[in-house]
Amino acid sequence: MAEQNKKTVTFIIERQDAPDSKPYTQEFEVAYRPSLNVVAALMEIQKNPVTKDGKKVAPVVWECNCLEKVCGACMMVINGRARQACCSLIDQLEQPIHLAPARTFPVIRDLLIDRSVMFESLKRIQGWVNVDGTWEVKDAPIQNPYTAQTAYEISHCMTCGCCLEACPNVGPQSDFIGPAPTVQAYLFNLHPLGKFDKEKRLNTLAEKGGITSCGNSQNCVEVCPKSIKLTTYLAQLNRDVNKQALKNIFNK
Amino acid sequence: MAKNKIIVVGGGLSGLMATLKICEAGGEVDLFSYCPVKRSHSLCAQGGINACMDTKGEHDSIYEHFDDTVYGGDFLADQTAVKGMCDAAPKLIKMFDRMGVPFTRTAEGVLDLRNFGGQKNKRTCFAGSTTGQQLLYALDEQVRKWEVQGSVKKYEFWEFIKVIKNKEGICRGIVAQNMNSMEIQAFRGDTTILATGGPGMVFGRCTASTICNGSAVSAVFQQGAHIGNPEFIQIHPTAIPGSDKNRLMSEACRGEGGRVWVYKDGKPWYFLEEMFPAYGNLVPRDVASRAIYDVCMNQHLGINGENRVYLDLSHIPADYLERKLGGILEMYSEFVGDDPRKVPMQIYPSVHYSMGGIWVDRKHNTNIPGLMASGECDYQYHGANRLGANSLLSAAYSGTVSGPEAMRWAKEGERGSELTDEDLAKAKQECVDDFEAILKMDGKENAHELHHELGDVMNKYVTIERVNKDLDYCFAEVKKILVRWNDIGVTDRGHWANQEAMFVRQLRNMIIYALVVTKAARMRDESRGAHYKREFPTRDDERFLKTTIVDFNAEKQEPEVTYIDFDHSLIKPRPRNYAVAKKEDK
Repeated sequence: MAEQNKKTVTFIIERQDAPDSKPYTQEFEVAYRPSLNVVAALMEIQKNPVTKDGKKVAPVVWECNCLEKVCGACMMVINGRARQACCSLIDQLEQPIHLAPARTFPVIRDLLIDRSVMFESLKRIQGWVNVDGTWEVKDAPIQNPYTAQTAYEISHCMTCGCCLEACPNVGPQSDFIGPAPTVQAYLFNLHPLGKFDKEKRLNTLAEKGGITSCGNSQNCVEVCPKSIKLTTYLAQLNRDVNKQALKNIFNK
Repeated sequence: MAKNKIIVVGGGLSGLMATLKICEAGGEVDLFSYCPVKRSHSLCAQGGINACMDTKGEHDSIYEHFDDTVYGGDFLADQTAVKGMCDAAPKLIKMFDRMGVPFTRTAEGVLDLRNFGGQKNKRTCFAGSTTGQQLLYALDEQVRKWEVQGSVKKYEFWEFIKVIKNKEGICRGIVAQNMNSMEIQAFRGDTTILATGGPGMVFGRCTASTICNGSAVSAVFQQGAHIGNPEFIQIHPTAIPGSDKNRLMSEACRGEGGRVWVYKDGKPWYFLEEMFPAYGNLVPRDVASRAIYDVCMNQHLGINGENRVYLDLSHIPADYLERKLGGILEMYSEFVGDDPRKVPMQIYPSVHYSMGGIWVDRKHNTNIPGLMASGECDYQYHGANRLGANSLLSAAYSGTVSGPEAMRWAKEGERGSELTDEDLAKAKQECVDDFEAILKMDGKENAHELHHELGDVMNKYVTIERVNKDLDYCFAEVKKILVRWNDIGVTDRGHWANQEAMFVRQLRNMIIYALVVTKAARMRDESRGAHYKREFPTRDDERFLKTTIVDFNAEKQEPEVTYIDFDHSLIKPRPRNYAVAKKEDK
């Protein structure tokens, strides 16, 4: 028992003081406790920001909100894999645990990254149902419950960015907006009112950075923390975009 | 003519709803948030949103929803305000449906409804077990559309510091800080709406997100805003206890047939069903939490002697559970390791929601002209206890009220003198000075450790059962923590993404809000809804059928409590007893 009390977990954290400064690593030790997760461990480091070799340092900076895997904020690279820190249980991770920022995105500081590009992409794909207003219009249309269930699955996407971090086609070499925002177009095309703008969305996805930039590496579906069948919907969208392209030719 | 500029602080359900209404009325919004608004805490709401849709052949009525809400709130809510909310609920659901919220549907494609606590009829619309996430996303998407059109400017990763008043005492703007560059800036606004959510972090471990610290509410309290009914803190009966946070296990579990039990004399004892035959497992949250507390603390029947009871779904078919509760069962498996489809979950009550908050009138104006409050940060609609699935409703509904009212005030209000550039510079400089002082703090306390202590003492003394002498002790302890705040040492003295320094500023506001809650709890010598004192076990309408108002005494740096009358003219207060079916005095 006494032995167990002394058990610690070692973290090797990749840090960076500012967007244009050089990364460096620091090691920290945190007391083990059952069901400890990565966010809870980072919180312990906040309480006592001292490295393994006894140096007092600034606490590690990262982003988190809900700690329930719904907000998407705490995405980082843990032992080489992009995932949410809040639900990464220490017991299931190989030690020492390596934490690094998701470098597909600009690093602000330490593990804190700038994912605003994803929200910009949601503007580009017109990720909304174009309702007239919040006022009363009439009853909403009845929906096929099976279609609604597919929509529900896709609508779990929390814009965390795991799929962009894992995708080999997202990065400085390409304009690809990434799996998450692309698949959101499919979501709105499913809705009985949202599909009125289907053509617009498909034409947008036919442009540079759209679905043609997807290399079908299938990494996205592997890392999606919400188990969204990203590759299935990407394939469906690809067909839709091609069909639309043909339509556009004949309608010229 | 220049468009009216409204400042909205907070991008959860209420702030976004208000933003949409302002845009539709031709205004412009500066929207401030700690985080991308899509990551706001509204998305943690799981079980559903109440609205009388009456599609289950139960002859549900809006009046019944109204009565359940007032009765559930132990008659402390403004009844005209509640009625307005219940009337509007079905229309709001249709709006969300048009916007594309993937509500769970029946085989014929209409919205399904489920049972929820404190309500006999099926009245809760839901999207699986992630209703809040889905509703928030719908509004986030609509606001993005307005953002593209130029009506909304988002200030994400900005922290609200305080409001700026003109010489007549009218709120004309705010000061905020960029959380990355640390730049502090003053902003003008014709009206300011705070929609900053609840103060869960004051209690340390709770079901709230880490951003729900009540700091903004405490800041405007210290600038003269009244706080209403802060002693009414909802303790959710079913949460997964954790060392970093208590994770919510939705009331929908009970709504879909979940049973709460412990072993007694070697056999399962379904104590809620035995204690409250009329409502059984579907008693409101305050009632269920007190029963669980009693079973564990007084009867010592918790699982293995620990403060845990079973919440059991294992008797329900797995495919049904998957469809209705999928997301949260997966969460339980992920964080605990057991499969709730096969073995009963282990849960315990946790701080969850604040019924109280900034006092507002029915249009959501605070007592500071030009400043409004909307959503969980206000005190409206729930009285002494909130019914499950009424929070998404009150959040969305309050935005439909505060948004248009903000525009009305911007156009017609007596706003007094404009803020001059000197006024703005002065307000900004005060905040800069305060922040620079924090960066220089070199005492021996760690802010996060101090916060941990604050949470411990608040959780111990100001939750399910409250005792006057303990509350006196707690108040004194929190005051000591406030003094110790001055002795904090900051390790990060930089001017780039300095989360530690911002937390130090938030912590002081949290400590002061803790004093507000504790003081209000100490003064209310009765038991009503979520506020329970063994010394005063019954409701005392003669003395306390009143709204608690807390003001800040700047000289003593202490809260002061008074009481005011409120509107309870529509339904006559009657005793609240969930052991028997509800009877109405009409």
